Amino acid sequence: MKNENLYNYILGIADNSLILGQRLGELCGHGPSLETDIAGTNISLDLIGQTRSYYQYATKISEQEKTEDDIAFLRIEREYKNVLLVEQPNTHFGYVMGRQYLFDVYHLMMLQQLQFSKDETLAAIAKKGIKEVSYHKRFSGDWVKRLGDGTAESTAKMQEAINDLWRFTAELFDMTDADTAMALEGKGVDVSKLKEGYYKEVTALLEEATLTAPEGMYFSRGGKKGVHSEHMGYLLADMQYMQRTYPNMEW
Amino acid sequence: MSNEQIKSLEEIFEARIARDEKIEPKDWMPEKYRKTHIRQISQHAHSEIVGMLPEGNWISRAPSLRRKAALLAKVQDEAGHGLYLYSACETLGISRIELYDQLHSGKAKYSSIFNYPTLTWADMGAVGWLVDGAAIINQVPLCNTSFGPYARAMVRVCKEESFHQRQGFEIMLKLCNGSKQQKDMAQDALNRWWWPSLMMLGPTDAESVHTEQSMKWKLKRKSNDDLRQQFIDQTVPQADLLGLTIPDPDLKFNEQTGSYDFGTIDWDEFWQVVKGHGPCNKQRISARVAAWDNGSWVRDAAMAHAAKKEALKIKIAI
Ligand SMILES: [Fe+2]
Ligand SMILES: [Fe+2]
Ligand SMILES: [Fe+2]
Repeated sequence: MKNENLYNYILGIADNSLILGQRLGELCGHGPSLETDIAGTNISLDLIGQTRSYYQYATKISEQEKTEDDIAFLRIEREYKNVLLVEQPNTHFGYVMGRQYLFDVYHLMMLQQLQFSKDETLAAIAKKGIKEVSYHKRFSGDWVKRLGDGTAESTAKMQEAINDLWRFTAELFDMTDADTAMALEGKGVDVSKLKEGYYKEVTALLEEATLTAPEGMYFSRGGKKGVHSEHMGYLLADMQYMQRTYPNMEW
Repeated sequence: MSNEQIKSLEEIFEARIARDEKIEPKDWMPEKYRKTHIRQISQHAHSEIVGMLPEGNWISRAPSLRRKAALLAKVQDEAGHGLYLYSACETLGISRIELYDQLHSGKAKYSSIFNYPTLTWADMGAVGWLVDGAAIINQVPLCNTSFGPYARAMVRVCKEESFHQRQGFEIMLKLCNGSKQQKDMAQDALNRWWWPSLMMLGPTDAESVHTEQSMKWKLKRKSNDDLRQQFIDQTVPQADLLGLTIPDPDLKFNEQTGSYDFGTIDWDEFWQVVKGHGPCNKQRISARVAAWDNGSWVRDAAMAHAAKKEALKIKIAI
């Protein structure tokens, strides 16, 4: 493939949206209120929509005959490039909102840069995504505040979620080879530069939520290189079930 | 108020309905009207949110991204329907928490169709095509019902339900034009969903209670049997178009009536499911109860947080 870096770069972004959208989709109908169910579904829908735009673009770059669904459903686990954070399970609503917020802050920062990409398609997808993700961040950030500064029980639960999820945040800012190459060409975002602003923003919100940002922690990484957590295989088994059971069919 | 006064209020009230005027929440209404409406609207609201479960069951396994997005959107619509309907019901002086309690304790009913399992992807097609299809037949007449908030909710709901119905049919069409495995999957789904869909339109007129009063209040405009016939007459040609066979050997077009004659419905099965012994009754209610119970700390936190914010605002203002 002559545009291999661009292809991998797109998948690196899109896979995060796909896997987080998939996780949120699992919750539909099981949330704490009808309103949160509607909002969660809405966010999932946005993420799946973004995923499709990215993958459709990737199919044009790929020299193989591939569809968006081939890319979404027919890779092996090691070929998915999403960060570990987004594949973490829906342990409880504190985890769901914590995972969402920790990703949304990064996601919005990244898209705000990507909208200036020299690649017009990526810039256009990013522009559209900014509106959606701004809403996601407001929603998840508000919930982190509510749960953090709510009851004693909710504070403890929200802190527990932040403590557990925090170790997955550093990976967001790791640069893959494709990231580096695309940043050099002015098509991709140098995410390593977002790190400082990210921790500043997140820490400030956690403080407002009467929570503390964990300190001196060890970080886990690997998703971007396709080395996922044990949760990922089950997620894929579920997500790929139809495509694997009934290959080469249209739906 | 004396009995006489109440009687004259009732007469004025019935006359308004007869003139096709809408009754609004603040208007005087007979207690029976209020109770009947709470029962029907809440039953409808519960059906929307319990109905999210069998379809939600396939979101994570939808076979393509396009289908995943469409299914998410559909289930989200159903949640929205639940929301308007609960709100319409609340205008009658009952809280959402009380309504949930009735659902969770089994006191309130919901459409028994949702007590059947969704076993294959084709069930997403069959549910949209048949279940949303039957729902429309039930609900279109309610767009003109006498209680204003319910009528207005129904206008919006019906628009979305017809979109769901077309989407369901389109899933079936794709399967029927696909491989043999896909077509078999579609036929199997029709086989399992056909009879429950007919039952969804309610017991036969002979066994149906409250019908006369409901007719007067425009809560019901056609009898269950008429609605069922309408559903069958509408659906059989669609099944033909798909190349699927309706699982009823007695189904036959009747030249004289211009309608389809059909076989006997297994009402024992219907009552078994209504009474709580269908394939998924326990599963559905426990899923709703679990969602509610597991969410209590979240809802408590939201209330506590809002109260803190409010206190802070007052403090700043002082
Ligand atoms: Fe409905
Ligand atoms: Fe609905
Ligand atoms: Fe529907």
